[in-house]
Amino acid sequence: MALYESVFIARQDISSSQAESLAETFADVITNSGGKVAKKEYWGLRNLAYRIKKNRKGHYALLNIDAPPAAIFELERQMRLHDDVLRYLTVRVDALEEGPSAILKSRDDRGGRGGRGRRDDRARDDGPRRARAPSDDSESRGQERSSEAGGGK
Amino acid sequence: MRSPASRRPFFRRRKTCPFSGATAPKIDYKDVRLIQRFISERGKIVPSRITAVSTKKQRELARAIKRARHLALIPFAVK
Repeated sequence: MALYESVFIARQDISSSQAESLAETFADVITNSGGKVAKKEYWGLRNLAYRIKKNRKGHYALLNIDAPPAAIFELERQMRLHDDVLRYLTVRVDALEEGPSAILKSRDDRGGRGGRGRRDDRARDDGPRRARAPSDDSESRGQERSSEAGGGK
Repeated sequence: MRSPASRRPFFRRRKTCPFSGATAPKIDYKDVRLIQRFISERGKIVPSRITAVSTKKQRELARAIKRARHLALIPFAVK
């Protein structure tokens, strides 16, 4: 059998317990088609980087799967049909990760390191970071400035 | 991995790939903190000639970035 990682995003309006039971039902789909779910992870309600179907937030969940391809077909079909699932990604991997994935780890770090991790996130949400790679959009920024000046007059 | 470049007056030490070596991090689309170092503030993938990522790892990185974008972990474009 092949190893897969599957992440899906559920609508923000459902509760976190509903999101976890949704992950449970998808795990059942896998086990019913002869696969195994090695790990289930719930990442919580996260901000989306852009809006998906008018949602700004979403419940993320990860499944580590050891299953035949037919089970993955069925899983993806169910995810496509389900109204609460905004998006999913299933990736074939060589080895399944042990322990918590990077997302959960970075959240744990954040508490220990004080404000640093949080500031990173906020910079991404609220606007451009100025410290890095200034050459990248200097041109477009210049254009904006001139258009603003034109609007002022 | 150090280029000789003895004649050139402005010699900059050749940087090495951040994903090679024993302590190198694993490229993973879920590791937002890591990936964010390799995208510009506009959300574009930074070319490897700037970040010194090797060609093979840059391909892997680009794939990870595109997956992370699909899952709305990082933006496609800022503004």
